Amino acid sequence: MSNGNYNRPDLLDLDTKQETFLDTTEMVLNMGPQHPSTHGVLRVILKLDGEKVLGTECIIGYLHRGVEKIAENRTYAMFNPYVDRMDYVAAVSNGLGYCEAVEKLLAVEAPARAQYIRVIMTELCRIASHQVWLGTHALDIGALTPVFYAFRDREEILKIFEKYCGARLTTHAFRIGGCIYEIYDGFEQDVKNFCQKFLPKLDEYEELLTTNRIWVARTKGVGVLSAEDCIALGVTGPVLRASGVEWDLRKKQPYEAYSKFQFDIPTGLNGDTYDRYLVRIQEMRQAVRILLQAVESIPAGPIMAKVPKVIKPAPGEVYHSIEAPKGELGYYIVSDGSTQPYRVRVRPPSFVNLQALDKMVRGMLVADVVAVIGTLDIVLGEVDR
Amino acid sequence: MPDENKGPEAVSPEQGAKPPAEPTASKPDATVAKPAVPAAASAAKPPDAGKPAAAKPAAPAKPAGPVPEPWDSELVSNLKRQYGSGIKEASTYVGQSYLVVDNAIVYEVLRRMRDDEQYDYCVDITAAHWPKREQQFDIIYILYSFQHNDRVRIKTQTGEGQHLQSAVNIWPTANWLEREVFDMFGIVFDGHPDLKRILLPDGWQGHPLRKDYNILQQDTEWVKINLGIESGQ
Repeated sequence: MSNGNYNRPDLLDLDTKQETFLDTTEMVLNMGPQHPSTHGVLRVILKLDGEKVLGTECIIGYLHRGVEKIAENRTYAMFNPYVDRMDYVAAVSNGLGYCEAVEKLLAVEAPARAQYIRVIMTELCRIASHQVWLGTHALDIGALTPVFYAFRDREEILKIFEKYCGARLTTHAFRIGGCIYEIYDGFEQDVKNFCQKFLPKLDEYEELLTTNRIWVARTKGVGVLSAEDCIALGVTGPVLRASGVEWDLRKKQPYEAYSKFQFDIPTGLNGDTYDRYLVRIQEMRQAVRILLQAVESIPAGPIMAKVPKVIKPAPGEVYHSIEAPKGELGYYIVSDGSTQPYRVRVRPPSFVNLQALDKMVRGMLVADVVAVIGTLDIVLGEVDR
Repeated sequence: MPDENKGPEAVSPEQGAKPPAEPTASKPDATVAKPAVPAAASAAKPPDAGKPAAAKPAAPAKPAGPVPEPWDSELVSNLKRQYGSGIKEASTYVGQSYLVVDNAIVYEVLRRMRDDEQYDYCVDITAAHWPKREQQFDIIYILYSFQHNDRVRIKTQTGEGQHLQSAVNIWPTANWLEREVFDMFGIVFDGHPDLKRILLPDGWQGHPLRKDYNILQQDTEWVKINLGIESGQ
């Protein structure tokens, strides 16, 4: 009791405080919006019984920028850079989904060469996104090293992005109808070098975590989501696959050049945080596999399809979705025949996946909430749009 | 025939094929599009002979655009048999199928889609506002079936003040999706467990994704109340 409070009797009055605390069976605790483990500005209201979570409510929207409304006041091409700002750790995927959706509306297909470039960029982006996830997720749980390793290796990808299109994060790499930038000299070699260097690094990550007793204790059996729950809640991406559903849009409804490459869909068994970790690690390996195949066989030819100067799709609507690093990213675009989209709806994987948080943490401990938010791999820019 | 004539023409002068689209475009659009195009055109030019020919038929066809085609399938005929005129339209547009159903039976159709037709994954629920129509809102349910690997859109129309039945009982994922539709369009879903704003603050006035929503009005009001002046603009 030598904490210097002896002259503050009000603070020493522990007896009564403890009594009220023990009397209370339920406590409501605010987590966030300024909490480092919420990965942005997410506020979670926790209803607790001691350490046990009785229920949660997510308050979101702190980062709402009205992207869908902005789209209605921009031309199709002008809106393209905005989509990068949703899931900003996987900007390339966002751009790909949007460009493809508009291409579908225009009945245009990107040339083969552009498709290969797009696949390479998107798979690099998938690795980068998973690296951010791995680093921050491990950091949340208490492993300090992976974040440095992951960000160190992600730098190589960002360098390739920078060399390709001048931007590292919000790349705006693709245009409606294909790519605007031809690959630079040595692009293939850069990607190959990255792949070769990255595989041993991936083993390093695994050495740090996969059999680490603390990591296993903190993740095994935590935040379990069954396949049925995943489907009912609309959860997609690695979370769905970790629950044992072999479902990946790159295989099920192939877009771009994905049907030309050999790769597997990693799945888990238990649908817990540990399995989701393994699935994402395997996904990075598969991404390397795709990269090595794609980079060897980039076909020659144009990189831009014939797209009119002024993009004016015929009146109609289209829904197109891709397998973003976080799940199914869909764009529903309504055209009224003018130069601006009449309505753009983004189906963000993070938003829908976050809804599963309550189901996953009920009955678990407060510390597990942190683990589960990390394992859902949300980006608040995409949740709030 | 006219399509074939247009093809070779468009090969040599890139711009030759384009002017028809331009006069209708408003000025700012044209200027914005310009910087992007020269690069694109030069990139596309050299290998004119082979590949672009594949893209060409699409370009001349554009003025007419793809048209929705009637969608015939076992699913549609089953639904039509059961609901009759409640199924207003069944079409396919650019390879994507959708149904337009009456708003009175949309809940039943959705339930049936999940229970009997294995469309077990509700991808998205969203809306679009058409202020000039009597039934101002389109509500769009995007469904996916893991078994059939197929995606279908169910659309219905609803008017101002009309309520729809919530799909939360069918798919728990509808919870947040419907809240967002309520937040952005002000469409009320009956039977929703917790229908309140999700992205915007609770005190927000109006529903931003409606076409008649005026952000300035909101701004002026806020300025008036909080700063005591007429306009912040």
